[in-house]
Amino acid sequence: MTTDLVTGGEVFQGFLDRIRKHRPVALATIVEGDDGVGQKLLVDRSGLVAATLTEPALASDVLERTAALLSTGRSETFELQGRRIFVEVHLPAPRLVIIGAVHIATTLSRLAREMGFRVVVSDARDRFATPERFPEVDHLVLGWPNEVLPRLELDEFSYVVVITHDAKLDNPALEAALKSAAPYVGALGSRRTHARRVRALQASGVSDEDIGRIHAPIGLDIGARTPEEIALATMAEIIAVKNAAEEDDP
Amino acid sequence: MNDILPTLERWRSEGEEIALATVVRTVGSSPRRVGAKMAVTASEKMVGSVSGGCVEGAVSEEALEVLRTRKPKLLTFGVEDEKAWAVGLSCGGTIQVFVEPIDW
Repeated sequence: MTTDLVTGGEVFQGFLDRIRKHRPVALATIVEGDDGVGQKLLVDRSGLVAATLTEPALASDVLERTAALLSTGRSETFELQGRRIFVEVHLPAPRLVIIGAVHIATTLSRLAREMGFRVVVSDARDRFATPERFPEVDHLVLGWPNEVLPRLELDEFSYVVVITHDAKLDNPALEAALKSAAPYVGALGSRRTHARRVRALQASGVSDEDIGRIHAPIGLDIGARTPEEIALATMAEIIAVKNAAEEDDP
Repeated sequence: MNDILPTLERWRSEGEEIALATVVRTVGSSPRRVGAKMAVTASEKMVGSVSGGCVEGAVSEEALEVLRTRKPKLLTFGVEDEKAWAVGLSCGGTIQVFVEPIDW
């Protein structure tokens, strides 16, 4: 393995950059050993980013272990060739994307913040998507869902809730969300509304497999009636999906 | 890291010399998880924590030393370690903390 000669500062900068951009990243550091203590190696999803490890044989083993830990999401220390190595894995906080700045969204965005999610609220209607109604969200985006969602680069840490109450907005939002790796796509509406929606999505060429990913009616069945209760049921369903996914891939 | 990042950025823009302390290993009960961090400047400012308060004092002393020598250091604090108990807080278990000068 060859690495460009870089300074510790460049490695640390790369680490901070990826944390800031909410990208998964793993940093390996020699924390104990006769020499090389403090040397580092940085890995992201695309592989080796940079390293200050001076021994090629050690670096290639550390790279392998670090990449493996990145995919499991676990930080760990281990012994390798007489050194103790610490690998720190940083996964981004989950992100809730709410399409539809409606009443349910006000409660749902607060609940999501409490649960440690980053929150994005978007609506094409400027009367709905106002900072007064959503003072605490990380991003309030005014725009059409078919334009907004691709820009958000939905990934496996993104959870999407579609609740505009308007098929003209809901359906394009669902189409865009289902093209992503988002582990949760939920849609508000009765069984009858959903059946109508399924036909519309099929007509636009969305596969039955993708349509099957939609959680509808939205939320765990707690007999929710009010917008606040629907928000709670939805948040609980999202947590259930998130925890199940983390259990499958510990 | 997220909790102390804004402070690190500010210190850097102010030209502070910074040492970073990271929990790399815990055995038994420990109030902070692996990856928990605190940072210390040569001017003795502090942010973050690596325990429930038991070892921060000792870690900040070591951090100042690391900033003087520019040599990273692995510290181990255990139940039987006097330093961990000097401030009389109820931490159990053993923690290892890696302290290094950072610059970026």
